[in-house]
Amino acid sequence: MGGETVEARLAERMQAAQEGDAVAYRQLLRDCVPVIARTVRGLGLPPDRVEDVVQETLLTIHRARATYDPARPFLPWLRAIARRRAIDAARLTGRQGAREVHDPEAYEGYASDGDAASEAIERQDRARLVGEAVAALPAGQRQAVEHLALADRSLDEAAALTGRSKGALKVNLHRALKALRTRFGGEPGEDV
Amino acid sequence: MSDTTRHDRLIGELAATLRPVRRLPPPWKRAAGWVVLVVAIGVGLLALAGSDIVRHRLAANPDAWLAVLGSALTAPLAAYAAFQTSVPGRNPRWALLPVPAALLWVGASGFGCLRSWIAPPSRDAVEPRDCLVFIVCVSLPLAIALVLMLRRACPLRPGLTATLGGLASAAAAATLLNLFHPFDVAATDLAIHAVAIALVVLATRALGARALGSRTT
Repeated sequence: MGGETVEARLAERMQAAQEGDAVAYRQLLRDCVPVIARTVRGLGLPPDRVEDVVQETLLTIHRARATYDPARPFLPWLRAIARRRAIDAARLTGRQGAREVHDPEAYEGYASDGDAASEAIERQDRARLVGEAVAALPAGQRQAVEHLALADRSLDEAAALTGRSKGALKVNLHRALKALRTRFGGEPGEDV
Repeated sequence: MSDTTRHDRLIGELAATLRPVRRLPPPWKRAAGWVVLVVAIGVGLLALAGSDIVRHRLAANPDAWLAVLGSALTAPLAAYAAFQTSVPGRNPRWALLPVPAALLWVGASGFGCLRSWIAPPSRDAVEPRDCLVFIVCVSLPLAIALVLMLRRACPLRPGLTATLGGLASAAAAATLLNLFHPFDVAATDLAIHAVAIALVVLATRALGARALGSRTT
C-alpha cells in the first residue's frame, strides 16, 4: 500500500475520531503505534524507553486531537508529537542519570531484615484488603485511587482517561483516602 | 504486561472516553480575535487621549512613525507566530516572522533616541516610571488573554510559544503607549521601555510556558 494511501486513511480516521467515531479512533491509534515507535527509535532513545514514549504520545494525541486540520497531512502532525515526547523523555533520562546511581549489585546484596516468605504472605494479605476496600468505594473515588495512586498516572493523564476535571479527581482522591483511613482504623489525618 | 497489551489497554481506555471535538480554527482567525481585543483597548485609550494630540505629534515627527509602525506590526505578527507554533506539526521557523518588524521597531526607536540626544526637543515631561507601569499594566490582560487562547491548542514548545505571546503583548502595549508619550524619546525613556518589554516577555515566558506546558504533558 502506498504512502499516500496510508496518509489518506489515517487522515480520514482522525477526521472521524474528531466527530466522535470510537471505532475509527481505536483503529487510528493502533495504526499510529508502529509509526510512533519508528520515529522515536530513529531519534536514538534507549530501547527500554521507547514503549513509554509511545504511551505518552498516544495520550498527547488524545488531548491534541482538536488541533488536527483535515486539510493537512496527518503524518507530520503525528511525528511532531512523537518527536517532542521523545525529546522530553531523553531530557528526563539525562536529568535522572545525573541524579541517580544505577547499582543493581548493591541492591541485590542488601540484607533484608525479616523473613522473606512471611513478608510476602503479609504483603499479599495487605494487597487483598486494600483491593477490597478500593472496590467498595463509590465509582468516582475508586477511579481517582486507581488512576492516581495505583497506576501512578499524572492528574492530566487521569483527567484525559476519565473525562473528569483535575479538581474533581483531587477531591475524590482526598475523600477516598479519608474513607480508607477510617476503614483501616487510622485517624483521618494519618497516612494510610 | 507486554507492550502490545499495554498499548491496547490504553487505546481501549482512550477510545472509551472519546467525545466529539470542535476543530480548532486556523491560526490567522485566532490571531485576528486577539488583535480585535487590542484594537478595542486602543480605541478606548484613543478616546481618553484625544486624536488631536496624536495628530499634532505626527506632524512634529513624521519619521518617528517608523518606530510606531514597527511595534504595531510586531504585535499581530508575533501573535500569529504564537498561534502557528501552538499547533503540532507547524514549522517552528514561524517564530522568525515578527523579527523584521521588531528590528524596525528597535532600530527606529534607537534613531529617535539619538536625534533627541543631538537636538533635544521641547516636550512635556513624562515620568519614566509611568511608562513602565503603563506597558506592564496594558500587557498583563493582553498576555493573559493570549495564553488562554493558546491553551486551546497543544503547544509542543511551550517556552517558544509563550515568548512570542509575551512579545506580541509587549509590542501592543508599547504601540498604545504612543497615545500618551512623545515620539522622540530620551535614552532613559528608551531604557525604561526596554526593561518593561523585557519584563513582560520574560514573565509571560516563565508563567505562560508553565500554563501551556500543563496542556501537553
